[in-house]
Amino acid sequence: MLNTMMSYLGSTVTPGEAGNQFWALIYVLIIFAGVSVAVMAMNWLERKALAHFQIRLGPMRVGPHGLLQPFADALKLMLKEDIIPSEADKMVFWVAPLIGLLAAFTVYTVIPFGPSQAVSDMNIGILFMLGVSSLGVLGIVTAGWASNSHYPLIGALRSSAQMVSYEVAMGLAVVSAIMMTSMNSTGTGTLSMIQIVQAQQHQGIWFLFKFFPLGFIAFVIFAIAMVAETNRAPFDMAEAESELTAGFHTEYSGLRWSLFMLAEYAAMIAVSSIAVTLWLGGWMRPFPNFLNAPAWGFFFSLFPGLTFAGLAAIAFIGTARMPSDSFFKIQRAGLAIFALLLAFLALVLFVVAIVGRNPDHRLLASFREGIDYVFWFVLKVAVFMYMFIWYRATWPRYRFDQLMRVGWKVLLPISLGVLILTAIVGVLVP
Amino acid sequence: MNPTINMAAAPVATPVFFYGLAAAAIISGLLVITRRNAVHSALALIVTLLSVAGLYLMLYAPFVAGVQIIVYAGGIMVLFLFVIMLVNIERASKERQFNRMWPVGLAASCALLALFLGAFAKGKALLPDRMIPIAEGSNTQEIATQLYGEVLGNGQYRLGQYTFAFEIASLLLLVAILGAVIMTKKKI
Repeated sequence: MLNTMMSYLGSTVTPGEAGNQFWALIYVLIIFAGVSVAVMAMNWLERKALAHFQIRLGPMRVGPHGLLQPFADALKLMLKEDIIPSEADKMVFWVAPLIGLLAAFTVYTVIPFGPSQAVSDMNIGILFMLGVSSLGVLGIVTAGWASNSHYPLIGALRSSAQMVSYEVAMGLAVVSAIMMTSMNSTGTGTLSMIQIVQAQQHQGIWFLFKFFPLGFIAFVIFAIAMVAETNRAPFDMAEAESELTAGFHTEYSGLRWSLFMLAEYAAMIAVSSIAVTLWLGGWMRPFPNFLNAPAWGFFFSLFPGLTFAGLAAIAFIGTARMPSDSFFKIQRAGLAIFALLLAFLALVLFVVAIVGRNPDHRLLASFREGIDYVFWFVLKVAVFMYMFIWYRATWPRYRFDQLMRVGWKVLLPISLGVLILTAIVGVLVP
Repeated sequence: MNPTINMAAAPVATPVFFYGLAAAAIISGLLVITRRNAVHSALALIVTLLSVAGLYLMLYAPFVAGVQIIVYAGGIMVLFLFVIMLVNIERASKERQFNRMWPVGLAASCALLALFLGAFAKGKALLPDRMIPIAEGSNTQEIATQLYGEVLGNGQYRLGQYTFAFEIASLLLLVAILGAVIMTKKKI
């Protein structure tokens, strides 16, 4: 047992490929915990950022700057009465949120956080991701139908029509990126998520800039379609609160409702990861081939520590700026402890980055590499998550006919054209 | 950039998974035909399709599994549900569950079962136990030529090993396309 546990350390393949079930389980647990924490953080950030966009303060009461609001919300949702409408289809009503959650979390098995930092590297990775994330619509459809009520049913119908239409453009955009992976000596592309990133490394260019502007257009199409796929504003027709109260989850309350929220945010992170992997170089730091001197490697490996140091600094400033009234004493102490925690994490990351330079410390050196990869991947995904909030604050909701027109008459022809042009350029250029 | 297939490492295709997936496929398959509620049937059918996808995965055919999930579970079943949700369940559940075609269906499934049992009992003798050697690095065109044969021109052709099966499948598709056209177009 201990032998199989230790034998994987220092390995350069994913636990799935090494056939090590113990580490696969550990990775799954880490990813599950990480995504859950990310969803909570995202929840807080969304409320705060939206409030600031609208010149409000947002949550301020629960903890300093409302930092504990997600915990309070989670507690509230768990304690709330769980209502199942008497005319609802009980079984389907019960299963629907689980389908969405399962689809959203299964996708994470193939997301490459690093060259070996993934649960498994299937050779159909991207196909698997698209397939499983397209199952998410089943959760919404069944939830809408099982509620046996008008608004949810309309929301579910809208949602299924929308997701089926945008999946087409999304798939074609993905295909044009996959085609770019075949620009090598053998002429064979790949569907494996890890090898897609490695292909970008070998070709020395992110697919975003490949055959400019073709890669860029495909990326933009995917970026639009992924917002529609996750039912987020401005494509949140499925829950349009001004028309359908809450759309497909009108009848849901308490824990079940929170499962829908969890699934929605997990799906957002998952599709952002696909975009990052396909077009933005996945786990690669900026200019891995051009700035490949060890000094540059060291410079870039300081970034995780610097990020946490920056967050700690913000928290310290927040502590200093708290009103000195005794009413804020506990909040102040809490924020100070939070800042110290962040500063401690920054310190640890700095130590790992500096000591891990010496390859004699094998464990620390591999930790340093892993932290590097995961940091750049998560940073790129975080940009997308912020964009989701930004879209929601900026754009009004589409009307349903406009939505369908954009999907079928604009995105689909453009993505087909990009696909054909990519094929032509790919044959002619190299 | 040399993708290596590491089959020697601890196999995931253990009997436990097979029996689990097979049981899920059979039970949900039975649920598909026994539920009166069409939405329940559709959901059971999704479970069947996903279990079959898992079986494909165990046969080291991940691409087929992926396509199964995307096309059937993700695409077609969503459209199915989309249509079924608009059906009046109250009235639909009072209608007869099986139409007069059921003896035909029974006969066909019995024939299929007999075929499966025959293949299981005498499979070694009936089916060739060899694979076509395919050269490393050959492209899809060459593989297709080896498997399904090719047209040489001048009315000549060369048969591959699976030409017959391929043609049967093509015929089935053609019939399905014709059926779709006839059913959707009132006046031809």
